[in-house]
Parts: sequence; C-alpha cells; structure tokens
Amino acid sequence: MKLLDTVRARRPALKRETMPRAKKFAIVGLPALFVLAITGSASLGLIVAGLILAALYVPAWHVLPLGKWIVPLTVIVLAVLYPFYQPNLFDVLVFGNFPSIDTGVTMLIFIMMALGLNIVVGYAGLLDLGYVAFYAMGAYTAAWFASQHFSNVTFHLGGVGVGPEVPGIHVSIWLVLLIAGIITAFTGIVIGFPTLRLRGDYLAIVTLGFGEIMPQIANNGDNLAGFNVTNGPQGINPIDPPGFGDSLNSAVGLPTDFLTSPNSLRLFYWTALGLVLFTVFCSVRLRDSRLGRAWIAIREDETAAAAMGVPLMRTKTWAYAAGAFFGGIAGAYYASFKSGTFPADFYFNISVFILCMVILGGMGSIWGVIVGAAFLSYLNQEGLANIGAWMNKNGVSDAVFGKDIDVPLYTSGIFGVILVLTMLFRPEGLIPSSRRKAEFHEGVAEHAPLYDVEHE
Amino acid sequence: MADLLVAEGVRKEFGGLVAVNDVDFTIPERAIVSLIGPNGAGKTTFFNMLTGVYKPTGGVIVFDGHDVTGKPPHAITERGIGRTFQNIRLFHNMTALENTLVGMHSRLKSGVLKSVLRPPGQKREEREAHDRAHELLEFSGLRGRDDEMARNLSYGDQRRLEVARALATVPKLLLLDEPTAGMNPQETADFTSFVSRLREEQGLSVLLIEHDMRVVMGISERVTVLDYGEKIAEGTPQEVQKDERVIEAYLGSAAVS
Repeated sequence: MKLLDTVRARRPALKRETMPRAKKFAIVGLPALFVLAITGSASLGLIVAGLILAALYVPAWHVLPLGKWIVPLTVIVLAVLYPFYQPNLFDVLVFGNFPSIDTGVTMLIFIMMALGLNIVVGYAGLLDLGYVAFYAMGAYTAAWFASQHFSNVTFHLGGVGVGPEVPGIHVSIWLVLLIAGIITAFTGIVIGFPTLRLRGDYLAIVTLGFGEIMPQIANNGDNLAGFNVTNGPQGINPIDPPGFGDSLNSAVGLPTDFLTSPNSLRLFYWTALGLVLFTVFCSVRLRDSRLGRAWIAIREDETAAAAMGVPLMRTKTWAYAAGAFFGGIAGAYYASFKSGTFPADFYFNISVFILCMVILGGMGSIWGVIVGAAFLSYLNQEGLANIGAWMNKNGVSDAVFGKDIDVPLYTSGIFGVILVLTMLFRPEGLIPSSRRKAEFHEGVAEHAPLYDVEHE
Repeated sequence: MADLLVAEGVRKEFGGLVAVNDVDFTIPERAIVSLIGPNGAGKTTFFNMLTGVYKPTGGVIVFDGHDVTGKPPHAITERGIGRTFQNIRLFHNMTALENTLVGMHSRLKSGVLKSVLRPPGQKREEREAHDRAHELLEFSGLRGRDDEMARNLSYGDQRRLEVARALATVPKLLLLDEPTAGMNPQETADFTSFVSRLREEQGLSVLLIEHDMRVVMGISERVTVLDYGEKIAEGTPQEVQKDERVIEAYLGSAAVS
C-alpha cells in the first residue's frame, strides 16, 4: 500500500518528465512509421520491437520507486533470450538481418573491453591509445595457461577438451580468466608506473608507444633469450575451450565442453553476457565509491584533487589496473572463443577502434559505452557487409560509384567519418553521462580562466 | 603557545628570479595570521610551497612536528593542512556533496575490492562520510545545495564550498588564498565572522592571504608583509599599519617623507 501511495505522490513528476520524451519519440518515430508504411516493409516483429522501445523509453520510469531497475532488467532479459528469437527477427531496412549469435559474442567481448577502457578514459580522464596491449596480454595469458604451447611440461587443472596425457599447461578457462585479469592488471601497473607521471598529450603518445611495443613482442617473442614465449607470427593455437568438465556435468548438468556442445555458440554467448554484466556491476560500484570520486576529481582538476589529499600516481595507477583487468579478461575469453591468438589481432587500429566506441557512446556513461561498442563492433563484423550487399543489390553503388563496391574494405575510413560526425554534432556521445553533458554544453568563457594565476 | 607550523629560510627561485627569499615564518596553534603584500610579492608562491605544489629551493618547513619540506601535496594534506585556491578550483561537474566527499579522500579507507564487494564496514564508512559531508555543507552555509553541481552555484557559494571541501580534509591548519576576492561588503563581513567561528568551534589555525585590509586588520593576530619575495615587516595589525617600509611598498616612497 505504501508503494501505491508513493506512486500516486510521484504522478505529477512522472507526467511532467514523460511528455517531452513522448514528443522526442514521436519526432523520430512517426517519420519512420511513414517510411515503413509507404515501402510496405512493416511486419509484426517490427511493430512489437517499436512498442517495446516506446515502453522503455517514453515513460520516465526512473521517477517511480524501483523504476530505475525496469529498463536494465528488460534489456538483460531481452539479451538473455536473444538466441531464441533471433532467427525469427525481421530484416531492418538497409542493415539487413539482426546480428548472428557468433557476431553477438564478439560484440559482447568488445563491449567488455570498451567498458574497461571507459574506466581509464571516461572516469579518470587518462587518454590511453594503447589499450590493445592489455587485450593482447589477456589473450596470451590464456594461451600460456590453456594450450599445448609449453609442451615440455604436462600440467592439468580442470582444463577441458584435452585428454590427460596431452602435454602443456591446461588450466580451466574459468581460472584462466581470473589469472589473465590479474596478470593484465599487474601489466597495467607496470606500464602505468613510468607513463602516468605524464599529463594529457604526452601520456597519450607514450601509451601509443606501448600499444606498438606489445604486438612487436608478440611477433618476435618466439625466441626471447632462447625461450619461445609467443610462438611468433604463427601465434598459439589451439587454446582450450571453456567448460565445466565431466564431474560437474554428471552432477548438475553443466556443459562439459563448450566447443563440442550442441549449443556451442549459445553457451559462448551467455558466458560473454555474464562477463559483461560482471563488468557493468564492477564499473557502477567503482564509480560510486571513494576511488571513483577520486578518478573524476582528477579528471576535473588534478591540482585541486592533489590538494584535497588524493594521491595522483596511486589513484591513476588503480584506474589503469582496473581498466586493464577487464581488458585482460576480455582478451582471454576472446582467445578461448577463437581458440587461438595471433599477433596480427593486436595492432594499433584495435586501440583506436575501442576508443571510438567509448567516444561515440559517451565517455563515462555505461549505457553509452555499451551502445557505442555494440554498434561499432556490429558494423565491423556484419553491418558494413550487409549495407554493402544492400547497396549493390539496389543499384545505389551503381548510381553513386558506377560499379559495385566492397564496403567492408573502407571500414577504417567509415569509422573515421563516424567519429568526425560525432565530434561535430554530438561531442558528448550518443548517451552521455549527466556530468559530461554539462561539460560540453557550457560556453568556453564560463569558467575557463583567461589567465592562470598560479605563477603570481 | 606551541607553534603549529615553522618555516625557516624558505626560498624559491624560478630560473634567475627569486620569488621567495629566505623567509622565516611561524603559525601558532589556534591563531589567525595573515600574509599580505603587493601583487607579485611572492605570497601565493610561499603558499604553494607550504602545500607542496612547489618544492622549495631551500629552507625547511616543519608542520606539527614533522618535516614536510618538498613532500607531495596529498601527503601534506593528510598531515593536516587544508587549502582553498585564489581562482576557485572546484570540481565543477561534481555536486557540492561529491566535492566535499573528495575532500575526505585521505580520511576514508575503502580500496578497490571493498568498493566492489561493499562489505558492511564499507557501507558504514560511506554512510558516515555522507552524514559528515552534509553537516559540513550546512556548517559552511550551503544548506539545501548538496546535490547542486558546483558549476551552478553562485560565486559566494562556490567560495563557501571551497572552504567546506578544505574542512573535509580534517585540517589542523587552513590556508585561505584571497577568500574574499570578489565578495561584496556584506558577504565579506559574513565570511570574516565565519573564519573566526572556525577557530572558536573547531580549534583551527588559519593563514590568510588577503588584499582587503579591513578583513586582515579585523581578524588577524599577526600580519606578515612580503615585498619582492622578502619579509619586510611582521607584527600586530596596528604595528604593521604604521611601519614605514610597508607604507612605502604599498604607496611608493614619496608617501613616507
């Protein structure tokens, strides 16, 4: 009853906040509806999707008690059930069909990495152009602890998919994910120690350097002082798949081995989803803690933060370590998913790619980063190919370029254009955090001092 | 009364420029002392050496029995020196409450693991920190502004928030760099009585850099005058006001004769 009373009391607020949202939705939705109607491509699925979107977006749920959970929970349920309804989904204009489960796994892994980078760039404001180093570190950790790479030792600890006589280190992937996270976080601390003394552009350049060093080490690491660490350009494969082994399978029915399981892809998908939820959980809790406040304070004003008792080096290093931790787990999981790791996967463009996701989505905003990462990694995996196919089929390529074109060939260029457009029209990102929004919509003169009075 | 802060022969050179030249300076416990001087006299430089922003070229700074010369700012803050800035340096995109909570950073303990797992101890710590931040904001005259972004506060409130944030560091000594700059006479008077209250109620020592002579003369026990990086006078407000070198520094040598 008390709940009902609260709802009644907040009705005016609900009404007030819902109206502008409804208007916004209508401005975008009605023309879309019109287009669909005249092209005759409206379908039942599309209408249902539109209704769900409207139900999530239009009412100001957050005003109601427990309302802030409605949107996240619905999104989680929709994501969990995705493999079941994905085959029956409608085609979207231009973009074609919805992403396959395989693409979904990759999207989730990139979401996780982007969320990790978001801690470094979005919260603490440290521009990191070499985030791929952490991704590589995680992937190689998985390769060391769950493959036949070190074939002169035979060590098994819960690894699945390989017989007990197979040489090499075979630790259960669940454990490997944790180890990868920790080793990568440690790498973050080691890299952070010399670099985090620098500010702004200088930091960016040095991180860029580390991002370049990592793939070089991976490429040439087949003979480091006579020791084969990375197996050079061939990379390391196969890497063991995740799984729970026979005893857990017979006891509680958990899948033995993801790779040989009949719903292999779905298992990989749900696990990745679980990892993303874990990352979101940690991100939110870190943001709303003593450490999170210190990160934001450092981003806002380093000098003032230090004067308020925030130790700059230690706090920044924690941001690096936390960001690296999730990057490492994502890298290890990706290596296990692809069953291999190769130096060519870790070039500079991946760092920029992940950074683009964070910027497009909105630095510091968890929802934004999720949307940005999902969208860009989808474009990279499937979207651009679909768009290209549509353009070629419907004569758009012919009309504009005079011949059929291979759109995925221009991926980097297209991302560049997307980034420039974001910076021009929505510099705070698609779904900005409330802080960032305020930051970008202020006049320059409002509080930027015309001169710095520090040197009296 | 014991001295809370003792600075001996403190010196700062920027290349060939001697900004602060072998200045001796002490702050007794529960005292309000002021540092004045014409523009460019080296007041803020001196201030920045006390708070660790600059490393002194020479000299020793002892605070509360510990040598803090050249220590990083956060370590000095942890020892108990809180400060405000001449050109307001709040965290503009954080709320008043969050600004104050950042001030408590060195007084709270939760690390990464505790922040993520939130055991009862961490929850209690956060709750107490929030309660204390609310109290501090109210004490500083910002009741009801807790959830306002710092950028949206009025100028006077921003000044007040800077003090609240500095108080959140639990200082023994509070350094205020031109706190009444830009305030109207009424606000200045309010602020002056607020500073007196800080000493009476919280037992703080205060070092004030100030241009407004009414403020300086009204509340400080002792005034130190810097000119071209050198200490040219020190004493009670009355003594300093009559000092020939001080009048010369402010008004030129013609005024003395």
